[in-house]
Amino acid sequence: MSTKVRKMLFILSKATIENVYAAFVMANGARMEGIESEIFFTFFGLEAIQKNKLEHLRVATVGNPALHIPTMIGGLPGMEALATKMMKKEMEKLDMPPIGEFLEILSDSGCKLWGCKLAIDMFHLKKEDLIDDLDGIITIGDFYNRANEDGTQMLFI
Amino acid sequence: MKKVFINKEVDVNEEGYLIDFNQWDREVAECIAGECEIVMEEKHWEVIEYIQEKHQNSEPLSIRGIKKSGVINIKEFYGLFPGGPLKKATMIAGIPKPKSCI
Repeated sequence: MSTKVRKMLFILSKATIENVYAAFVMANGARMEGIESEIFFTFFGLEAIQKNKLEHLRVATVGNPALHIPTMIGGLPGMEALATKMMKKEMEKLDMPPIGEFLEILSDSGCKLWGCKLAIDMFHLKKEDLIDDLDGIITIGDFYNRANEDGTQMLFI
Repeated sequence: MKKVFINKEVDVNEEGYLIDFNQWDREVAECIAGECEIVMEEKHWEVIEYIQEKHQNSEPLSIRGIKKSGVINIKEFYGLFPGGPLKKATMIAGIPKPKSCI
């Protein structure tokens, strides 16, 4: 392996579908290159590991100029659902797994999945609300300590 | 680029992947595996045959596909080919490195 990257640590703080997939694709891509990877889910990123929410993540249609939908129209009822449906359809064509399956793939691939203690307390979440594949609930300090080898990179999403 | 394994000369690209699948046989595969520090056993061959078949049918290879393969699960796959399983398995199988990001 020629890359000097040995470990990728991701902090996922958002729950819009494009951000969650960005984290997942990069974390999985790292494992497939023989690079270690871990994800720390905090704030809205926690939606991606809540059993009853993870399949209902959406694309933001307001405040997202790259979608080229005028803001007033993007705010109409049903627009988010429609845009999300279209995006999911395109993802399926590329064989991108849905969130739940992607989490299973990541966990089976050896990517560690962590919940942020502070945010979990703040949102009054219980362990049972979160996916079974979660490796634990830790603090940001604990997560920094996971950066324990040369060639570790940390990304905030 | 030429590469010599035991008594056989094969053509590989700069990453070490065979260019011509006709030059592939189990001995070549074992030599490539050896370079990846993998000792080929029955389960490895099963996976290699599976991905060769996929390739022959022009079906793209992905980690999701491995999950659905029925041949092996993802954990075992990482266990058999440590450090980039799809990359290594395709190299041993004598087929091109998959271009997929997933």
